[in-house]
Amino acid sequence: MIEVKELRRSFGPIVAVDGVSFSVEKGDVLGFLGPNGAGKTTVMRILACFLTPDSGTASVCGYDILKKPVQVRRSLGYLAENAPAYNEMTVGAFLNFVCDARQITGSKRKQSLDRIVPMCAIESVYHQTIETLSKGYQRRVGLAQALIHDPDVLILDEPTDGLDPNQKYEVRKLINKMAKDKSIIVSTHILEEVEAVCSRMIIISRGRILVDSTPEKLKEKYRCSLDEVFRKITRAKVA
Amino acid sequence: MHSFWAVFKRELKSYFTTPLAYVFLVIFLFFSGYLTFKQGFYEMRQADMRAFFISLPLLFVFMVPATAMRLWAEERKVGSIELLLTLPITVTQAVLGKFFAAWLFLAIALALTFPMAITVCYLGDPDVGLIITGYLGSLLMAGGFLAIGCFFSVVSKSQVISFVLSVVACAVLVFAGMPTTLNFASTFLPAGLVSAIENMSFQTHFESIQKGVLEFKDLSYFVLLIVGWVAAGSIVLNETKAG
Repeated sequence: MIEVKELRRSFGPIVAVDGVSFSVEKGDVLGFLGPNGAGKTTVMRILACFLTPDSGTASVCGYDILKKPVQVRRSLGYLAENAPAYNEMTVGAFLNFVCDARQITGSKRKQSLDRIVPMCAIESVYHQTIETLSKGYQRRVGLAQALIHDPDVLILDEPTDGLDPNQKYEVRKLINKMAKDKSIIVSTHILEEVEAVCSRMIIISRGRILVDSTPEKLKEKYRCSLDEVFRKITRAKVA
Repeated sequence: MHSFWAVFKRELKSYFTTPLAYVFLVIFLFFSGYLTFKQGFYEMRQADMRAFFISLPLLFVFMVPATAMRLWAEERKVGSIELLLTLPITVTQAVLGKFFAAWLFLAIALALTFPMAITVCYLGDPDVGLIITGYLGSLLMAGGFLAIGCFFSVVSKSQVISFVLSVVACAVLVFAGMPTTLNFASTFLPAGLVSAIENMSFQTHFESIQKGVLEFKDLSYFVLLIVGWVAAGSIVLNETKAG
């Protein structure tokens, strides 16, 4: 469902993404790992058609990101880093705006909201303005926004960052529940999360893919915990 | 089209969910009234709205950039632009949606000056056509200022910088047409250049619409100005959105 070919993107002299290729099939949950500044967010932004690559291309659900950016965005749900939202709006008004933009109207809108609000556990803050919410709730509102149209492809940039352990558990449960019939890319720094939700993992550093494997295989190969695997791989290649 | 409406609706609502709209409206209405009477509304002993319209460009130089500065600067600062432009909305739809929402807001502000028109009608027997073209000219001028403000809001992430830049740009375009500037320019510039400067100014075109003459060149001036600055804004936004 996601096909990435030789993506390259630089910002001035800094090469953020340097020839990244991979693909994600239906049912895959791909963990996207790497040190800070590795290029994870840039790849995700390119896939969500927020940035354009300098060269290379990608397709999501068969739509090319350069030729059909609007169709791509229609078929994917994207949660950006820090879950940006319109802070002065109430949660309800915000979700209704997203429905407007995604052309979810009438009874379909009611169904979507009835499904998504309990799913993300935001009933209690539905009428509150977003700026008054805790970080955890803001993140869940972001998640609700990304899931409201039940997309085939989900791209989540650090979805559990800033959540408390209970909320992290809930989000992981949610991802596992949806994994069967979607393609999901999750970026994270938390390695236990990879073990908990991901069926595959890619480690990226300085814009290049270092490893594309599964957590189990990596642990078998290196005979240590994922934490150590991560350190070994990223340090060795950087040095 | 639905994407345009989604942005438009959200933007317009956001004016009224924050104190911004009310602060703006109160200050705008106060100064539009104050300046009218300061211009000598009664002393003219004529039942028309000239005194009101004359003071508008000066008021708009400050008020319109204040409305426009947040359009994109805030969106980029908070990061919500990443949300907006990863929804199935194109940059053009987003820019137009925001622009028209802000324009409608300014239209509401202008419409709320209706007591002025009622006063004039009560005091005498004014030329209604003149009042209508006066309002039309004001609305077009507000659109022109707004397009400029919208552009500078795209250029800078800082609302203050975008405000200052658009005030300067708008002021230049207003003052270029003032008689003092033109008299001064004519002392050392050839007549052709002076009239070019004059024709580039808001003031000139606004005054001629205000006189009740709807000429093609005045309308096209405003339309081109709006289209040009809005288009420039969306081109720049496309380049700088992620920065």
